[in-house]
Amino acid sequence: MKRFDYLKAGSVAEAVSALAAHPKARLIAGGTNLVDLMKYDVEAPGLLVDINGLDLKRIEESENGTRIGALVTNSDLAYHPGINRRFPLLASALLAGASPQLRNAATAGGNLNQRTRCYYFYDTATRCNKRQPGSGCDAIGGVTRIHAILGASDSCIATHPSDMCVALAALDAVVEVEGPNGRRDIPILDYHRLPGETPERDNTLSPGEMVLGIRLEGEASPRHHTYLKLRDRLSYAFALVSAAVDLKIEDGVVRRARVALGGVAHKPWRDLEAESLLVGRVPSADATDAFIARLLSGAKGQGGNDFKITLAERVIRRALRQAAAGTPQLQHEKAIA
Amino acid sequence: MPSAPPSLQTVPVTLHINGKRHDLDVAPWTTLLDLLREELKLTGTKKGCDHGQCGACTVLVDGVRINSCLSLAVMRNGAEITTIEGLGTPERMHPMQRAFVEHDALQCGYCTPGQICSAVGLVAEGHAESRAEIRELMSGNLCRCGAYTNIADAVEDVLNQQQKAAAE
Ligand SMILES: Cc1cc2nc3c(=O)[nH]c(=O)nc-3n(C[C@H](O)[C@H](O)[C@H](O)COP(=O)(O)OP(=O)(O)OC[C@H]3O[C@@H](n4cnc5c(N)ncnc54)[C@H](O)[C@@H]3O)c2cc1C
Ligand code: SF4
Ligand code: FES
Ligand code: FES
Repeated sequence: MKRFDYLKAGSVAEAVSALAAHPKARLIAGGTNLVDLMKYDVEAPGLLVDINGLDLKRIEESENGTRIGALVTNSDLAYHPGINRRFPLLASALLAGASPQLRNAATAGGNLNQRTRCYYFYDTATRCNKRQPGSGCDAIGGVTRIHAILGASDSCIATHPSDMCVALAALDAVVEVEGPNGRRDIPILDYHRLPGETPERDNTLSPGEMVLGIRLEGEASPRHHTYLKLRDRLSYAFALVSAAVDLKIEDGVVRRARVALGGVAHKPWRDLEAESLLVGRVPSADATDAFIARLLSGAKGQGGNDFKITLAERVIRRALRQAAAGTPQLQHEKAIA
Repeated sequence: MPSAPPSLQTVPVTLHINGKRHDLDVAPWTTLLDLLREELKLTGTKKGCDHGQCGACTVLVDGVRINSCLSLAVMRNGAEITTIEGLGTPERMHPMQRAFVEHDALQCGYCTPGQICSAVGLVAEGHAESRAEIRELMSGNLCRCGAYTNIADAVEDVLNQQQKAAAE
């Protein structure tokens, strides 16, 4: 690990001004992603700003919704009674991620800002536009089992690895950030970005900005939801493909359908137009086919991940069926509901 | 813009490890795992992967299980840390240690301190009731010898003992 200076931030203002003043500063929260990357010299901050002393550890509930502080751990969030009542989909997605030990350390803000697991991004002996802008991308034409099938570019085909963020995308969360120019809200679907020509930018945070919290409005479906995650082993592995589904069903008819995919793109993938094909109809194989055809119309494999297109189809089919039936996937229950 | 080279300063840190207070000067890049093993010679906690992928380094921080390889010691200033050495001794074993021995829940033993600390954390968290839940919530600890069946038996045994004690 490269040496660095260390600052324990006493306030959000101090953290933000340290970030703005030092181009090579990084925030550290749970450390489960950053420390890992620092050990590989993929990240080499000149200044590490420890935000663990800040007052961002609360989950606040009101009539309008729920606010999750950036330092709430993934475990505390997953087991919070209010979250389980109002947003069980989020709790389920969290419990599908990492391991209990990692979830105990990992924070909401860190999960949102975790970096890709692309093998080449981790290996400093290879070319990677995300790690070193302009150097090239050795993943393209390389080993691509875990790479994107949607929204990739000629510069980068990486995926975003988070499970939590897939549920947040389905739930239309809002990210609260603060920076040198004050506070602003970023809708989750605008928070992460597609790689385009600038894959070094994972998200739309501006220099010096940090996440203060995540807001969720109202309540989601208590019954008609599911987080389904397929991976190379049944636990403690990143998603190959996952789906977060939240349906509002009245008198047997779908009134709202929100479906986000994980493991397929540089950001959690949602297609609002495709979702409209599910609305106003009873849940059916026909409606699902139309939805899938639209959602995956631009899907493109890289060779090693061609299987993900078929896998995504099957994940969506099963997830929609489970959500419609009100039989959400329990993360310790590996059988097909 | 060239930034000034890091000042290479240590940071004062106080940790309460296995009930004993330690006032330390720590280089900020020292992981909690390396501090325990290399500086304090508490070598019961193991380094398997050093990247959060195996669970061998699991310790309890303020009663909560985490991977000590992905935590910097400076981030834990003021915390209470329990390692396998603090859970029990060969003469006075912790119930989880005893269950691991009784169920033959180890072969080479390398993963065992992490497994036991993790299992103690699992019991305290109180989210596992069924065998399937135990297995899922112990998935952060790999065992290359494949002692999983007996490990799950040991954890299940301690959970059952607890439930019985609570019912009485
Ligand atoms: C072996 C392993 C398996 C895993 N499996 C999964 C999985 O299956 N699913 C999954 O979703 N995740 C998985 N993870 C990833 C894990 O969820 C993340 O490492 C964790 O959520 C990061 O949170 P943290 O608080 O530890 O972040 P840190 O490591 O502290 O920070 C991560 C990044 O976020 C930035 N950051 C932190 N807080 C803020 C903030 N408030 N504002 C702005 N930037 C911030 C940091 O600067 C850093 O760049 C796994 C990790 C490991 C090591
Ligand atoms: S896919 Fe993206 S992260 Fe992976 S090597 Fe290419 S540029 Fe780097
Ligand atoms: S040594 Fe920490 S998880 Fe493997
Ligand atoms: S007993 Fe050998 S690794 Fe688990």
